[in-house]
Amino acid sequence: MTDQRSQAEIVRQSLKRRYRKERRFRLYGMTAIAIALLSLVVLFTDIIGKGYTGFIKTTMTLEVVLDGEQMYLDDASDKDQMSMADFQAPIITALQKHFPEVEERKDLRELSRLAGSYASNQIKDLLARQPELLGTTQTMEFLVHDTVSVYVKHADNPAYSIRLSEQQQRWVDELVQKGVVDTGFNDVFFSRGDSREPSNAGILGAIVGSLLTMVVTLVIAFPMGVAAAVYLEEFAPQNKFTDFIEVNINNLAAVPSIIFGLLGLAVFIGVFGLPRSVPVLGGLVLALMTLPTIIISSRAAIKSVPPSIREAAEGIGASKMQVVLHHVVPLAMPGMMTGSIIGMAQALGETAPLLLIGMVAFIVEIPDGFFSSATVLPVQIYLWASSAEQGFVELASAGIMILLSFMITMNALAIWLRKRLERRW
Amino acid sequence: MNTMNSTVTSNNETTEAPAVPVQDERPAETIIQEGVTVGSPYADDPKFKLRDVEVFYGESRAIKKISLDIARNEVIAFIGPSGCGKSTFLRCLNRMNDSIDICSVKGELMLDDQNIYDPKRDVVELRARVGMVFQKPNPFPKSIYDNVAYGPRIHGLANRKSDLDDIVEDSLRKAGLWNEVKDRLDATATGMSGGQQQRLCIARAIAVSPEVILMDEPCSALDPIATAKVEELIAEMSESYTIVIVTHSMQQAARVSNRTAYFHLGHLVEVNETDKVFTSPDHELTESYITGRFG
Repeated sequence: MTDQRSQAEIVRQSLKRRYRKERRFRLYGMTAIAIALLSLVVLFTDIIGKGYTGFIKTTMTLEVVLDGEQMYLDDASDKDQMSMADFQAPIITALQKHFPEVEERKDLRELSRLAGSYASNQIKDLLARQPELLGTTQTMEFLVHDTVSVYVKHADNPAYSIRLSEQQQRWVDELVQKGVVDTGFNDVFFSRGDSREPSNAGILGAIVGSLLTMVVTLVIAFPMGVAAAVYLEEFAPQNKFTDFIEVNINNLAAVPSIIFGLLGLAVFIGVFGLPRSVPVLGGLVLALMTLPTIIISSRAAIKSVPPSIREAAEGIGASKMQVVLHHVVPLAMPGMMTGSIIGMAQALGETAPLLLIGMVAFIVEIPDGFFSSATVLPVQIYLWASSAEQGFVELASAGIMILLSFMITMNALAIWLRKRLERRW
Repeated sequence: MNTMNSTVTSNNETTEAPAVPVQDERPAETIIQEGVTVGSPYADDPKFKLRDVEVFYGESRAIKKISLDIARNEVIAFIGPSGCGKSTFLRCLNRMNDSIDICSVKGELMLDDQNIYDPKRDVVELRARVGMVFQKPNPFPKSIYDNVAYGPRIHGLANRKSDLDDIVEDSLRKAGLWNEVKDRLDATATGMSGGQQQRLCIARAIAVSPEVILMDEPCSALDPIATAKVEELIAEMSESYTIVIVTHSMQQAARVSNRTAYFHLGHLVEVNETDKVFTSPDHELTESYITGRFG
C-alpha cells in the first residue's frame, strides 16, 4: 500500500517535470515565431516607408508660349531646325512669369533647374507631332527635377532639402502654394523603362523583361521537368546509374545560382553564340536552375498517387503508358504545378546568374520580343539601389514592393491551385 | 443461426488461448508434403491449368509448388490464415505481380492452354480477359460513367457513343447498380458509399467482358449489408464468368463458392467441394482452420 502511494507520488512529480518541459518547449517555439514576425514587420515598414513615395510623382503645370523666335525655330516640320532649336527657353520664360524679380543669369539658371531634364523634350515631341502649334500658348504638365520632387515629397524632413539652394526652396514653396507644383499618382513609373533621371524612370521595362524571361523558363523547364520526373519514377530501371542521376539532381538543387550564370556564359554565349542580355538567354539559364526543383517536386507528387489507382487501371488492362498518362500524371498534376510555380517564383527573384549574362545593362527601351535587350525586376532593383540619387533609392523600394507582390501572387496561385485541383479518395 | 455460433466460437478460441497456434505450427509443418494437395484439385477441360507454381520474393519462397485446376464457370474460394500466399497466388493469374521488381514466378500457368507467363505474351490482352476486383474499393476519381467506360475505351470496344452508353448501362445493371446511379452518371465516383464503390469496381471489371474475374477480399472493407449485395452479385455472375475469390470470411466462402481451396504457409493443402470442406475436410489442418483453432 505504501509502495503504491510512493509510486503515485513519483509519477506526480515526474508529471510536473514533464509539463514544465512542455511549457518551456512551447515558449521557445513561440519566441522564434515572434522574432520572425517582428523582423518581417520591420522589413515591411522599412520598405513601404521608403518606397511609397516612389508611387508619387511631382509635376509642374506651366503656361508655355511656344514662341518661334525665342526657340530659333520658324518651321516645326523641318527636322534640321528642330534638332538645333532651343526648347528650354519657353520653360524658363514660363517660370519667370511666376517670379518676375529674377533677372540675373545665375538665378535664371537656378530657376530653370526646377524643371526636369526631360521637360524640353516634351515640348520638342509636342511640336514634332503637331507643328501647327508653333506660336500658340499651351498649358503643359512637366515632371519636376528629381531634387525638387524629393524636397516636395519630404517637405517635413529638412534632411531631404540639402540639394536645393535656399532660393530654390523658397521658389518651390511658393509654386506649391500657388498649386503650380503638385503631386499625383506616378503613372510614369508603370509606363516607362529605366532612365538616368529618377523621376522619369519606370519599372515597366523590367516587368516586361521578367515576364518574357519567365515565359521562356516555364516553356522549357516545366515539360522537361515533368517528363524527367515521369521517366525516372515510372519507367527507369532501378540501378546504380539511375541512383547516380537521382543523387545528382538533388545536388543540382543546392548548387549556388551564380554557377548557372557561369554555365550560361560559357555554353549559351560562348558555344552557341546567343546574344547577351536577352530574355531567351535569361530564360534558359533560369530554366536550368529551376529544373531540379520541378523534377523533385514532380517526383514527390507522382509518388503520392495511391498505388490502388495504378492497380485499378492495370487490372482493367491499361498499358503502362495509359496508366501513367490517364491516371498518374493527372492526379499528380496539382503537386507538379505547385512545385513549378514555387520554382518559378524562385527564378523570378534570381539576380546573380543574370548579372553574368549581361542582363544588368542599362536599358531604356521596353523590350518588344524574346531577342531584344532586357533587364528583369530584381536586377532593376539592384541597379537602382546602387545609385546615389535619393530618387532612385525610393524607386528601388517601390520596385521591391512590385516584386514582392508578384511573388505573393504566384504563391497564392500555387495554394489556390492545390486547393482547387486536389482530389480526395 | 449457425453462422452466428461459429463466429462466436472462433472469437473465444483466439482470445482464450494465444499459445494454441504455436503448438499447432509444429505438426502442421510435418503433416504438409510439398506439392501434394489432398481432395480434388484437378478438373476436366479447365479454364486455368496451374502446375508446380512457385513464387519468390527475392530469396524467400512465398508459394511452394502448387498445382491446381480452375474449371470453367465455377466459383472457387481461396481461404487460409494471413500470409499463407492466397493473394499472391491469385495475383499470378493475371500477372499483377509483374510490377513488383523482386517477384518472380516459376511453373506452368496456362489459361485456355496458353502460357500466361510466356515472355511474348501481351499482359494487356491477358488482363482484358482476366479482370480483377481489389480489396479496397478503388474507383478512379472521375465520374461514374467514365469509370465504367474507361476499359471499353482503352480497348476500343465501342466505336460509337451509343455503343459505349449501352456497355455502361449493361455493366451497371449486371453489377446491380444501375437503378441507384442512373440519374447521376456524371457525379464523381468517390462520392458514393463504400459498397456502391465496390460494385462500381465490379461493373468496371465486367465492362471489358472478361472471361475470369479475380476478387481479392472484395468485401473486407464493406459493411454486412453491402457485403450481402456483393455476394448476391457473385452468385448471379457465376453463370457467365469464372470467378476466383480470396476471402477471410469462411461464411462467405461457404455461401458463394462451388469449390474451396485451403492454403497454408505457401502450400495448397486441400481443394474440395465447398460443402465437403466445411463439413468433413480431408486434411487435419483444414479442419483446425475452419473450426477456428488458428487463423
